[in-house]
Amino acid sequence: MSNIFLNINNISKSYGDIQALKDINFSVDEGELFGLIGPDGAGKTTLIRILITMLLPSTGDASINGLDVVKDFKKLRHLIGYMPGTFSLYEDLTVEENLKFFATIFNAKIKDNYHLIKDIYQQIEPFKDRRAGNLSGGMKQKLALSCALIHKPDILFLDEPTTGIDAVSRVELWDMLKKLKEQNLTIIVSTPYMDEAELCDKVAFMQKGEVMEINTPHQIVEDYDTPIYAIKGDSFYNLLLALRKMELTRTAFPFGESIHLTTYEEFNENELNKIICDYSNQKTETKRIKANIEDCFMAKMLKNK
Amino acid sequence: MIVEQNPIRDKIMAEKTNDSKYVVSVKDLTKKFGSFTAVNKISFDVTKGEIFGFLGANGAGKTTAIKMLIGLSKPSSGTAIVAGYDVIKNPEKVKYKIGYMSQKFSLYDDLKVFENIRLYAGIYGIPSKEIKSKINNLIEELGMEDMRNKLVGDLPLGWKQKLAFAVAMVHDPPIVFLDEPTSGVDPITRRQFWEMIYKASEKGITVFITTHYLDEAEYCTRASIMVDGVIEALDTPTKLKENLGVKSMQEVFVKLARG
Amino acid sequence: MKAFWAFIKKEYYHIIRDPRSLLILIGMPIVQVILFGFAITNEIVDAKISILDKSKDQLTQEISNKILSTKYFLLSEYLESAKQIEGSFRKGKIKLALVFEENFAEKFNRKERPSIQIITDATDPNTAATLTNYINKILLDYQNEISISTIAPKGIEVITRMEYNPQLKGVYLFVPGTIVIILMLISAMMTSISIAREKEKGTMEVLLVSPLKPFMIIAGKVIPYIALSLINAFTILLLGVFVFGLPIRGDYFLLLFEITLFIITSLSLGIFISTLVKTQQEALLISLMGLMLPTIILSGFIYPIESMPRILQYISHVIPAKWFLIMIRNIMIKGVEISYILKETLILLGMTLVLMVLSVKKFKIRLE
Repeated sequence: MSNIFLNINNISKSYGDIQALKDINFSVDEGELFGLIGPDGAGKTTLIRILITMLLPSTGDASINGLDVVKDFKKLRHLIGYMPGTFSLYEDLTVEENLKFFATIFNAKIKDNYHLIKDIYQQIEPFKDRRAGNLSGGMKQKLALSCALIHKPDILFLDEPTTGIDAVSRVELWDMLKKLKEQNLTIIVSTPYMDEAELCDKVAFMQKGEVMEINTPHQIVEDYDTPIYAIKGDSFYNLLLALRKMELTRTAFPFGESIHLTTYEEFNENELNKIICDYSNQKTETKRIKANIEDCFMAKMLKNK
Repeated sequence: MIVEQNPIRDKIMAEKTNDSKYVVSVKDLTKKFGSFTAVNKISFDVTKGEIFGFLGANGAGKTTAIKMLIGLSKPSSGTAIVAGYDVIKNPEKVKYKIGYMSQKFSLYDDLKVFENIRLYAGIYGIPSKEIKSKINNLIEELGMEDMRNKLVGDLPLGWKQKLAFAVAMVHDPPIVFLDEPTSGVDPITRRQFWEMIYKASEKGITVFITTHYLDEAEYCTRASIMVDGVIEALDTPTKLKENLGVKSMQEVFVKLARG
Repeated sequence: MKAFWAFIKKEYYHIIRDPRSLLILIGMPIVQVILFGFAITNEIVDAKISILDKSKDQLTQEISNKILSTKYFLLSEYLESAKQIEGSFRKGKIKLALVFEENFAEKFNRKERPSIQIITDATDPNTAATLTNYINKILLDYQNEISISTIAPKGIEVITRMEYNPQLKGVYLFVPGTIVIILMLISAMMTSISIAREKEKGTMEVLLVSPLKPFMIIAGKVIPYIALSLINAFTILLLGVFVFGLPIRGDYFLLLFEITLFIITSLSLGIFISTLVKTQQEALLISLMGLMLPTIILSGFIYPIESMPRILQYISHVIPAKWFLIMIRNIMIKGVEISYILKETLILLGMTLVLMVLSVKKFKIRLE
């Protein structure tokens, strides 16, 4: 059975008049890969910093493995692995020196926990004498992850590990996280990339300091009940403008090579295509689709407005 | 102070640039740092009104290439004509003819919305008679009338981004360079931003854009993918996908960049 | 303990892997000493003076000759009346005028203490004071000479501040002064910047999340800079002794102890500053404006504290460098023992303790 590892109770955080977090409640099970999904300014970093005992909540409390993030912060700091958004490595230290340093300050030995980071570290080991400042973004990310894991934490926090990183390195990182999960490590990861939500066991949609939705990605997509269609046309922009003007339209947003159109009522694909075709004066193609995570996030955002 | 007369600008604006259909024309462009070749003989052309996606992994040489195109870095060899001017011979003239928006938006947080516009209009040498109407038009077009006197630092990210884009085009350049303009923005604002890009493109402005969101690569007229200093592929998103037999630009990217 | 050593090692790497900064840190003291030593010398030579001798006797003649025979003074002209003095200054010809009163020798022989008036151009007070000191010194020597030969000592005024620096050599002033500035700069500024850098880069966050104790982080930051500062202090002292002939009359261990104490005071100041700032830039600004300027101006290094307005004299009490400068000058030039500078030592110790307690208290175990 799954047991709750991280528990958050009514956490709020304000800086003066600005409320960075409003009444956050959720829990994460042991060994779960949990995603905090939301744009900049959603409060993801603030929430993570409260959980890693770096910030004090204004109200509410949270506990990790039964330890309170405020009262038991000293004990907790032994259990936590943390990788900040900026990677936070010493650029003038070599790859190996960085790893050694972070191992030592956590009172750990590299050889004791090498098996944890082996898969990741092996990829950068050929460059172990290179200074961290001279690594590419993807390699820095791997080193930072190794450093965050070297003391064998029970829970790992990753703050926007994929921001500003190219798609290849992003895919690699998620592969690594999947493997780490198999060792029963609880992982909390924040990201502004909606497509990454699908790779988590469970996600929290965050926007402007609030959690809009918590569920498994699968359930979130299942719960989406607005009729949604993918429309393709010859002139993308004109089609978009036309769709916006149509009365049947709820929303119309570009989505890759097509436009995702949500409507107030269900249509037959062909009938809808004909209406759109006539209205926009161009050849179009319409398909009833299943919403993806990003559609769901946008729908929640609009509902919350 | 706003410069009333700006001979350089007037001259550049009056000069009839050679009527090439290409806004950007790059041939064998190379940049070396010591023994390291960051950009290795890249060649491509960008036509008027195109939305040109400039993609690549971190460290593939994208930033170096863009810096050469906007006249901030001197190429080691090769040629690049941007907006009718040679970036090697006339980098200063190129700067008058292009718009540029970086990740950091380059707006002044401690200046008000209209002051930011006024500043950039002044920097690009727009005559002070026109500046006032320019500010009003821009603010109206952006729908920012009620934010006119707000400090830019107090604006939500999405508005900042829109303003930064408008400011980058305050001097009506034929081409605008956008360097990861949508990083960390929510999905709705990101789409609204792309609509601004479409609009600019409809008006005939060429948009040269880099992004890490590969769904955005699908919105481009054409996209290039840089790997290790060379352009590995350049085509319409549809063709790129067809050629590799994959369904999304994400897959195209991963396939090419992983090599 | 192992974690602590790892921390110190890391700091050491930071310092030696930034060759440009290291060069400045090691090279700056040398450049400063040489600058102060050769360029900004306090010695004045060939200052032009005028003499108004109302007595014109043998004694005034001898005194005049004595003064003019030194390398410090050159005769511009003999004046005939007091009215000419101002004109002489106006024309910018002279820096100083000497006026012997009437019946100088007679009064001297009658043991009445005849007077010599010294008039200086106070638009440049430093030069004026230095020249006055030279004259006083020459007069004193002369008095001593004749007191031996004639056994007629009367009213010899001893000017104490010249006693240990008979040639008024600049080296006695600038070597201790340079030590003060360099130690302050390296210790306070570099530590505050180096802590601020970790905050800026985000590494501080990771350090704080680790089980490292705040005290260890602070100590780990400080120790490499103690070493660096000591190296610099030695460099300056060696240059002072071997290039400029500065004597070290006091106990070497006492000197080393006081230098180390001042380094720790400065480091505590640096750490305290770092608890107040978020960025390297802020740290730099506060160190420069808040530490360097007061240290240079109010420590007594360049401007004598006694001649400052009362309020500045009070402020100078909180400047650690002031107390250190008193001690180091006393040890090096007078050769005093610890008992003589106990008060200053205790003041510096007290300051260090207060700063350390404040820093450890203010050093945040969290981010806000």
